[in-house]
Amino acid sequence: MTHTPPFRLPSGGRRVDRAWQLPFRFDGRHLRGLTGDTLASALLANGQMLMGRSFKYHRPRGPVASGAEEPNALLGLGQGGRFEPNQRATTTRLVHGMVTRSQNCWPSLDADIGAVNSFLSPFFPAGFYYKTFIHPRPFWKHVFEPIIRRSAGLGRAPTEADPDRYEQAYGFADTVVVGGGIAGLTAARDAAQAGGQVLVLEQDSLWGGRTPVDHAEGQAAIDALLDDLRARSNVTLRRNTMATGLYDHGYLIAREALADHDPNQGIPRQRLWRIRAGHVVAATGALERPLAFACNDVPGVMLASAVRDFITEYGVAPGQRIVVVTNNDDAYRTALAARAAGLDVPAIIDARPVADGDLPRAARDAGITVLTGTGVAKVKGHRHVEGVALCDQSGEGRVTDQIDCDVVAMSGGWSPVVHLYSHCGGKLAWDAGEAMFRPDPDRPPLGADGKGNVTATGAAAGDLRCAGDLERAEGATQPVWVMPARAPYKLRSKMWLDYQNDVKVTDVELAAREGYASVEHTKRYTTLGMATDQGKLSNINGLAVLSEALNQPIPATGTTTFRPPYTPLTLATIAAEAKGEAFQPLRKTPMHAWHEAHGASFEPVGQWRRPYAYPQGAEDRHAAVNREILAVRKGVGTLDASTLGKIVVKGPDAGRFLDMLYTNMMSNLAVGKCRYGLMCNENGFLMDDGVVARLSDDTWLCHTTTGGADRIHGHMEDWLQCEWWDWKVYTANLTEQYAQIAVAGPQARTLLERLGGSIDLSQAALPFMQWVEGDIAGIPARVFRISFSGELSYEIAVPANRGLELWERLHEIGQDLGITPYGTEAMHVMRAEKGFIMIGDETDGTVIPQDLGLGWAISKKKADYIGKRAQRRLHMVDGKRWRLVGLESIDGQVLPDGAYAVAEGMNPNGQRNVQGRVTSSYHSPTLGRPIAMGLVRHGPERMGQVLDFPMPSGQVMQARIVDPVFYDKEGSRLNG
Amino acid sequence: MADALAAIARVPGLGMITIRADLSRAGDALAEAAGLAIPDVTGITTDGSRSLGWMSPDELLLILPEAERAEAQDALTQALMGEHGLVIDVSDARAVFDVTGPHAADVIAKLAPVDAHALRQGQLRRTRVAQTAAAIWRIPGGFRVIGFRSTADYLGLILTNAALPGTQVAPR
Amino acid sequence: MLILTCPYCGVTAEETELQPGGEAHLKRVGPGGTDEELEAYLFDRKNAKGVHFERWRHAYGCGRWFLAARCTVTLQVFGTYKAQNTHPPSDIVDSIRAARPDWTPDWTTT
Ligand SMILES: [Zn+2]
Repeated sequence: MTHTPPFRLPSGGRRVDRAWQLPFRFDGRHLRGLTGDTLASALLANGQMLMGRSFKYHRPRGPVASGAEEPNALLGLGQGGRFEPNQRATTTRLVHGMVTRSQNCWPSLDADIGAVNSFLSPFFPAGFYYKTFIHPRPFWKHVFEPIIRRSAGLGRAPTEADPDRYEQAYGFADTVVVGGGIAGLTAARDAAQAGGQVLVLEQDSLWGGRTPVDHAEGQAAIDALLDDLRARSNVTLRRNTMATGLYDHGYLIAREALADHDPNQGIPRQRLWRIRAGHVVAATGALERPLAFACNDVPGVMLASAVRDFITEYGVAPGQRIVVVTNNDDAYRTALAARAAGLDVPAIIDARPVADGDLPRAARDAGITVLTGTGVAKVKGHRHVEGVALCDQSGEGRVTDQIDCDVVAMSGGWSPVVHLYSHCGGKLAWDAGEAMFRPDPDRPPLGADGKGNVTATGAAAGDLRCAGDLERAEGATQPVWVMPARAPYKLRSKMWLDYQNDVKVTDVELAAREGYASVEHTKRYTTLGMATDQGKLSNINGLAVLSEALNQPIPATGTTTFRPPYTPLTLATIAAEAKGEAFQPLRKTPMHAWHEAHGASFEPVGQWRRPYAYPQGAEDRHAAVNREILAVRKGVGTLDASTLGKIVVKGPDAGRFLDMLYTNMMSNLAVGKCRYGLMCNENGFLMDDGVVARLSDDTWLCHTTTGGADRIHGHMEDWLQCEWWDWKVYTANLTEQYAQIAVAGPQARTLLERLGGSIDLSQAALPFMQWVEGDIAGIPARVFRISFSGELSYEIAVPANRGLELWERLHEIGQDLGITPYGTEAMHVMRAEKGFIMIGDETDGTVIPQDLGLGWAISKKKADYIGKRAQRRLHMVDGKRWRLVGLESIDGQVLPDGAYAVAEGMNPNGQRNVQGRVTSSYHSPTLGRPIAMGLVRHGPERMGQVLDFPMPSGQVMQARIVDPVFYDKEGSRLNG
Repeated sequence: MADALAAIARVPGLGMITIRADLSRAGDALAEAAGLAIPDVTGITTDGSRSLGWMSPDELLLILPEAERAEAQDALTQALMGEHGLVIDVSDARAVFDVTGPHAADVIAKLAPVDAHALRQGQLRRTRVAQTAAAIWRIPGGFRVIGFRSTADYLGLILTNAALPGTQVAPR
Repeated sequence: MLILTCPYCGVTAEETELQPGGEAHLKRVGPGGTDEELEAYLFDRKNAKGVHFERWRHAYGCGRWFLAARCTVTLQVFGTYKAQNTHPPSDIVDSIRAARPDWTPDWTTT
């Protein structure tokens, strides 16, 4: 029979408001729905049963379910940056003007080319991808993959940035009840009476779950519970919130829909809740199971509960003649609801030999034909149900009768929603009576205290007839895994177990024959229960078929792992506030705004943003760097060094502590002096360096690298708290308390003296590697006479709030001296010209100070320091290590950073042996030629030798081993 | 458009002094020098103008008007004379925001993994606010949040975003 | 998400407020150690299935390193205690034994 209007019933529909029509679009067509509709109910009300194509065979598909378990009706929603693939039509509320489109079809839903897969389905068995597309290998890239990419895929990814806001929130409750049906609300009332904060989460916009739909007094019972709960100050009721996963120690993740697909309210679309739950009550209800009969995927074959929901909740007739197929009493409710709505119910097909409970009796009293011991041999129709062929359920499918219909409402019984119970390791028990897995209360997931932290209740616990205090007398469910019981291959190969992944009964049987005895292996081989299904619809039928094929009981097969999230989370809620400008904290120095105003090109150094260079006018970065270097070498420049770590270490044992921390001696540093120090880890490898200044008898100030400040402070605290806890030492990280400015160049002193103040900056009063405190330009300051550029250089630390003032003052009064701000790249080049190492360039976590010619900075006198013992390990002292040298390119080209120098011969992988690599490489504007440093085996003993550096292009660059100090070897400039 | 959940205001002009010492030995002298009682573990004491927060078992933070900072630092240093201790000015290292308004707790609850609504007067919670470290306590009408100077822009931005009108966390 | 209580400040912090520090109660090997002792100190880890002692720093809180006794299988936390202990204190041992009667300490206190 044909699918005919009217599709919207003349009355009924608890959720819809007939006064308000909403226009929307589906695949370009202009349609109308009602306020309160889901997208699925609105499409059905427009006669649109076909809502998608299956993933593998591109079979035409309509909705099977009415809730979160829907596998077929996945649509693309929205446009542009708001486009979202794979949105479930059954749980997406219709919004005015919504733009929707179908998926997995090309060129269109009605004429899909990929559907040829379906005719070829005998050639696409389970594991087909694994078996076929492996050989011949070149075919994969050029033939198979492009075809599969074109025609497959679950929806399309959006191509534009999502313009909406998302947020997170942290929640705390002693008891979190997941599910606001009658069982959940009852549990919430009990928990609230017992005391403590109770939070109830309901995925739907209405409370009550199935109870108001399925029971005459249901709504009243729900309302009474809600009244009770709302009156309690310790209860929070939150709707539109899906608990998607339970994680370790009772951490529950839930997604609250705030403005889904209605982005014009100016509020976040969704909120991700991160809830610390003392105890979780899983009142998540149950999901109806499909039945496995031939062609059970034809649009119009739906779960009985879904048919009932569309009729009673939305006032939509999925069809005019509805055949119910069942193995239990509950589905009779659908027949009665359809009949009450004025629809035809030609028969109820009941697989059980006897059906004589209250509901079957009511159906018979209503004049509905009940055929017991009967099954569906086959559904007729291709793009829509046209009828069913009936057979004896216990037989092989010989057709005994045919009934015309446009909808088949099927029910294979119900399975508790055990996902939340299982996410964190709760175990399931097989309930033979109801043929289902239910949470095993003796093996719950465990909390931090080692006790169970999840309790299941109601239908989720397996109490399928749970209706609180309401009576629900129902007969027993009879397991039916395949319909009819002895169906031949021809029928079994058309019985879908997993609609979304196109897994059929014969696929699971094939997997079993091929030796996939483990259910987890079968899942991956067949893709049963993967993707968004996560065992919602496909699980139990698939397990049963596998068990039968393996000839073992279902509990012996067990279940696959239920993984969070229960329903998909959009990545945007996981990122939440961390997007755009707030993607990560950007750390800014006190002079940041000045740098921005003066054209700085920034580079990230950890979370800091530091000026790389200050290009002027049409200058590029490289030209700017060269200009800045020459300005420093010839005149004076300023570098914002505020990001350098500054850690104060104080106490009677501070000297002793620093002697352990640094490879060199710090306890004997005189007050007023500075010393360059190296820090290693216990493996002996160099981890940080910097200048240490002794501030007073018991106080040192340790400078670290920019990236090292927090890490080194943590490292200090680790040793003080966990190893030498009786040593009297306090540390404080003062990195951000000070702005620090390096003033470098032959004119540095001249410039600083113009600022005035209490400090004598002369060579005699403040020689190299000393520091002094006083005021400079009226600002309290510490001035360190240290140099990373090789020039006469002062580093001036002032309170951060006054850093900009000092910086600006320097630039005012230094104009005639050619004062130039310089960035990190100029600093890098200048230190390389001087042969100074850089942590992270010359070191990579496997380099010891001895490799870098820094033996002078390793104390011979000290009995111990961190890393000392490791530096005596055999391969640290065997003389074969790569050591620091300078590299001078032969052809005048700049060597690529990281290039490897090859040695004679090949390694076992057929690659050239190597004997060194480039660690730093620059064009030196000072010298007018390239300079480089590198680590080379026996390097310092090989001065003058030429190394080969093969390039990816095949070209070989050559460089001569030279001294790493390229500029001012005597150091006369920094003593200027 | 409805109002923001809370007003987010940067607070300038505060002096801050980190004190590290054995509080069981030096507590009385420090309390006298600070002019405030030593707070309990994870507590904060205040007289309206000055506050003294518990940061760690051997660390306190004194917050006071910037004009009083130098004198207080001297007094605290004096109080620790002969003791192993550290008194240091950290006023410039911090960024301070006040989050005040009817739904100030919601703003905190969106960013910090703490039970903001249950945070009591006189409690100081060190935690993270999104991706940056912070200390939070109640002030009249809301909360004070102290973070790092370098991430002040970030902190201001995420607090403001979290206070967007119409986004209170109470169920609707 | 592990949730641990810092024994210094009493705050029950979630994992994102903490910094992990690996196995607890390692004994430092200094210049006098043999190669074997050094190797054990640097690299040999128990990687226990079951009762495990580990270091955590209350990094976004009071800044203290503390130690946790935990089951790596069930994630049960038997207790947290201060870092200034060369072995788990007796109350922690008692709480482990209450939950895992078969477990015995693999150290001797002198
Ligand atoms: Zn703590």
